[in-house]
Amino acid sequence: MLERAQILDRPALAAGAREEPSALLPCEVRGLCFKAGDKQLIGNIDLTLVAGQVTIILGPNGSGKTLLVRLLHGMIEPSSGEISWGGMPLDEATRKRQAMVFQSPVLLRRSVAANIEFVLNLHDGSKLQTVEEILHMAGLDDKASQPARLLSGGERQRLAMARALATRPDILFLDEPTASLDPASTLAIENIVSLACDRGTKIIFITHDIGQARRLGDEVIFMHHGHILEQSPAKRFFDSPSSTQAQDYLAGRIVL
Amino acid sequence: MQNFAEAFTLAFDLMLSADDDLLEIIGLSLRVSLMAMAISTLIGLPIGAVIGMSRFRGRGATIILLNALMGLPPVVVGLCVYLMLSRAGPMGWMGLLYTPTAMIIAQSILITPIIAALSRQVIEDLHNEYAEQFRSLCVPPGSAIAALLWDARYGLLTVALAGFGRAVAEVGAVIIVGGNIEHLTRVMTTAIALETSKGDLALALALGIVLLSIALLVNAAVMGLRMTATRFSYA
Ligand SMILES: Nc1ncnc2c1ncn2[C@@H]1O[C@H](COP(=O)(O)OP(=O)(O)OP(=O)(O)O)[C@@H](O)[C@H]1O
Ligand SMILES: [Mg+2]
Repeated sequence: MLERAQILDRPALAAGAREEPSALLPCEVRGLCFKAGDKQLIGNIDLTLVAGQVTIILGPNGSGKTLLVRLLHGMIEPSSGEISWGGMPLDEATRKRQAMVFQSPVLLRRSVAANIEFVLNLHDGSKLQTVEEILHMAGLDDKASQPARLLSGGERQRLAMARALATRPDILFLDEPTASLDPASTLAIENIVSLACDRGTKIIFITHDIGQARRLGDEVIFMHHGHILEQSPAKRFFDSPSSTQAQDYLAGRIVL
Repeated sequence: MQNFAEAFTLAFDLMLSADDDLLEIIGLSLRVSLMAMAISTLIGLPIGAVIGMSRFRGRGATIILLNALMGLPPVVVGLCVYLMLSRAGPMGWMGLLYTPTAMIIAQSILITPIIAALSRQVIEDLHNEYAEQFRSLCVPPGSAIAALLWDARYGLLTVALAGFGRAVAEVGAVIIVGGNIEHLTRVMTTAIALETSKGDLALALALGIVLLSIALLVNAAVMGLRMTATRFSYA
């Protein structure tokens, strides 16, 4: 892991190449709603996300975590409400500085290296780091020429993560990236997350793994039935969650 | 049944002797059908790609129409091209009737819908798979199209070969616009029709066997491509 850290923290590669690393923050969300038919799936959310923290989103299945992140990333249009990133609207210029790793990532039907090259060419990211460096960070050096779709689940997630970070996004959304991974692969992903965070990337991380949330999180958002019940510093959330639903969730009881 | 035995013997004799007339007929068949395939791919592939990737009003109806056009009756296409190219027709001044060019035109009209409809399906499937990721990455439309075409290349090559298969086996349209003129527009299918009507069943069957062999080769090529693509997990 140390070796990987060195690769990432090489001065020439540091975030200094970008003018203002966190110009997209804070993110302000006002009165955000998302409806499908007459079902209110996201109900009137107000939220502020600030720079320099890993924000963990917790909540039971179907509570709207993925939907919220997709709205924040501009993958879907809200039914009503405002989202602004550093005072700017959620348009293409803003979205280009964000990246997302989906719950089940889609890899191009190409080699591992070609998957990275594709993204580098798109955003002119080849100036930042080479394909080799990126694959090395993800521990996929020896798989470079292998078809991406033959990778194992853990390797796929690492590749998706590496691809998302290839262009040095300001914001990185992660939707349960370690859901089906073994402890070692989980640790590898968490290390990549920590490195990206140190480099100035804002991380918004959905997970069901409470241990992981404790390890990585600076701040926790707890969702329930499309609402945010709590947004508090991680330590406070885990020591004394204020809502009964969060207490039940942390205790492993069924959340109603 | 004696015909079959005779036909096989004759077919092999013909092929082994590399009979000039036979080679000429096979050559023209391949030339016309390959040209038609190339033209149809140039026209049909972009149409299929656009329909496969975009959402617009009337898209469903367009797809139904396209799928229906796959079943265009060759003789009707032949007749229409004939009317266009005949001396009295709007393009009669070009003097194309009864030339290989006329046959290429007719076959292109026949197989363009096939290539458009089949490539629409191939592109649409891949587009559905990639769309979310591309939206997240803000991939500009041009790069998205290029990536889809490249990553679907094996599937699209299969589509083109299917178009070729249909063209090379077709008789109704080429006999009307080509006229089955010896040394000029005689291709395998029209020669088979002629020899059959003349009663030279052995020669007709021999030509049929050659045609079948070509169809087999094309299909083997398609299979080979599929297997390569699957082995490398690109398809
Ligand atoms: N496009 C849609 N149309 C209708 N319902 C939807 C749509 N997208 C999501 N939903 C519903 O909205 C609810 C929230 O979904 P979401 O994917 O955000 O849950 P989640 O918190 O990410 O759950 P999980 O932990 O299982 O991933 C679910 O009940 C889901 O069925
Ligand atoms: Mg989810």
